[in-house]
Amino acid sequence: MTPFTRLDARAAPLLEANIDTDQLIPKQFLKTVDREGLGAGLLYEWRFDEQGREKPEFVLNRPEYKGTGVLIAGDNFGCGSSREHAPWALLDYGIRCVISSSFADIFSGNSLNNGLLLVSLPEEQVKALQDEAKGGNHIFTVDLEQQTVVAPSGASYRFEIDPNVRNKLLKGLDAIGETLEYVGDITRFEETRRMTQPWVSA
Amino acid sequence: MAAAKTLYDKIWDAHAVASSDGDTILYIDLHLIHEVTTPQAFAGLRASHRSVRRPDRTLAVADHNTPTEGQSLGVAGVKDAEARLQLQTLERNVKDAGIEFFPMGDIRNGIVHVIGPEQGRTQPGMTIVCGDSHTSTHGAFGALAMGIGTSEVEHVLATQTLRQKKAKNFRVLIEGTPVPGVGAKDYALAVIGAIGTAGGTGYAIEYAGDAIEALSMEGRMTLCNLTIEAGAKAGMIAPDQTTYDYILGRPSAPRGAAWEMALSHWKTFFTDEGAHFDREVRIDASALVPMVTWGTSPEDVVRIDGVVPNPADFADEAKRAQVQRALDYMGLEPGQRIDQAKVDRVFIGSCTNSRIEDLRSAAGVAKGRKVAGHVYAMVVPGSGLVKAQAEAEGLDVIFKEAGFDWREPGCSMCLAMNPDRLAPGERCASTSNRNFEGRQGRGGRTHLLSPAMAVAAAIAGRLADVRDL
Ligand code: SF4
Repeated sequence: MTPFTRLDARAAPLLEANIDTDQLIPKQFLKTVDREGLGAGLLYEWRFDEQGREKPEFVLNRPEYKGTGVLIAGDNFGCGSSREHAPWALLDYGIRCVISSSFADIFSGNSLNNGLLLVSLPEEQVKALQDEAKGGNHIFTVDLEQQTVVAPSGASYRFEIDPNVRNKLLKGLDAIGETLEYVGDITRFEETRRMTQPWVSA
Repeated sequence: MAAAKTLYDKIWDAHAVASSDGDTILYIDLHLIHEVTTPQAFAGLRASHRSVRRPDRTLAVADHNTPTEGQSLGVAGVKDAEARLQLQTLERNVKDAGIEFFPMGDIRNGIVHVIGPEQGRTQPGMTIVCGDSHTSTHGAFGALAMGIGTSEVEHVLATQTLRQKKAKNFRVLIEGTPVPGVGAKDYALAVIGAIGTAGGTGYAIEYAGDAIEALSMEGRMTLCNLTIEAGAKAGMIAPDQTTYDYILGRPSAPRGAAWEMALSHWKTFFTDEGAHFDREVRIDASALVPMVTWGTSPEDVVRIDGVVPNPADFADEAKRAQVQRALDYMGLEPGQRIDQAKVDRVFIGSCTNSRIEDLRSAAGVAKGRKVAGHVYAMVVPGSGLVKAQAEAEGLDVIFKEAGFDWREPGCSMCLAMNPDRLAPGERCASTSNRNFEGRQGRGGRTHLLSPAMAVAAAIAGRLADVRDL
């Protein structure tokens, strides 16, 4: 997993609340057996019309937002389906950070496991950042070490993040490798189980 | 005396293996897998030379993109090349790992959340995960059941554990006796309507109260299934005699002395008197009428005798724009009566409402009536066994005589990954769980409701109150 330390990138505002994972990556892209290439399907129905042509008015299609690395979105981002294809699509598209006033649980776990940083800020601050992002073409700085988002105007917002989540993102740690260090505990747990709950074995 | 614990606390404590970096490493008793969210997990295992730790605690089905006809032809008969590759990939992966698999066409196959309980794999006090958000369904048995992403699927395959942070406790009390025509689906929609799709974020919900005790197992599954639409980590109901009666005799249920041993263990899973809940909500079941959704989020709920909202009534600008966007998408007028919305399609199925009781309730309304001429209506049973049971009871004949299409099991038009989907602008009365934009097909308009209400819509040709039939 790529570590996340600091990101300087354009940011795009997505004002809608409750952007669900069905919107982020529609079902027709879920038939893949790979993780790569899903950026093509990101927010597909918002970006493209029925004939597959770009909708020029949609924010990500506008020239001043090309190369966007940060999304600033409405409340309850990532609700709905558990599909990890959503963070895969965001990352493949080039988005490494999403800012919102809240995120759905499963989406948060999936994002962490792929090195996508989710920044939670109070609603007024998210609105202020969205306003600053409206002109496009500006560079936002997201600094995970400092826990700050710096807007083009120079306004700086400090965000809170679980220290363990922060550490994992900074180092790009592999969760499975970490858990396997506890394999002795897992084995002991299973042995006790076999004695006390023998009926659960298949 | 030990501190009073909730049902969730008890299951959590019984599965905590260790703590690591602020996470609890939680042992997983049952891991259900399917074709869509696993290929990358198995590929990840191979890439890091890891193997599946407990194939015996894993069960695989093919459900999300299987067609609902011609299943006896097997995977080779699936026309969509990408879907076929995904199904073949699952087949190969489970074979290599030695995981039990009910392939498409096997009578035991069907929607993953129908299969676990049907086989008796889902049991009280267990931790259960699946790469599908509606895993919350299994909480109906007093299990802690959570939807996970593909990296977590890989983590569970490799370690039989999941790294988790504990959620807060939320109790939803549903009390009173509902009027006829109101049931679990209406309770669920009422709860989501009351707390919103983010209302449960950060919580595990326990449902309790006399209306919950009175629910059948299948009703409880419908309710727990929809808990994820309220954003909660899990939904659960303490096991009782209804639960034990349902499990007894199922293929993977314990037998004989083991049954007695299991039963005494299961009976320890209930919320202690005086246990602390961080949040509590009460719903009066007797005050409910059948509910439907009007918009593009499951929280957009309205009584069947009600009207859709008017954006002008909202002070908040963002909310106003959101309501307007939903109305435009759904092709509805501000303030119109919801029961005037004409439907083109009806879908009875999905892990929310495709079990035998759902089909009995739907057939009860369909019997001797006819689907309106302009409506195409389909019934997709949740599993091969549900289908066989329904056919043994003659329900298929009732449906067919009424003009319904009787299909083969799977997720089908719940997420429209297979050929069953809405055309742009088509309006569908659906017993599934999500009315998001494009969920049932690009531009498709979904109204969520109960099986009985779906039949009422099919017959009236518009959303209709089943009590008026
Ligand atoms: S029926 Fe729908 S919600 Fe249920 S598992 Fe299948 S796709 Fe998911």
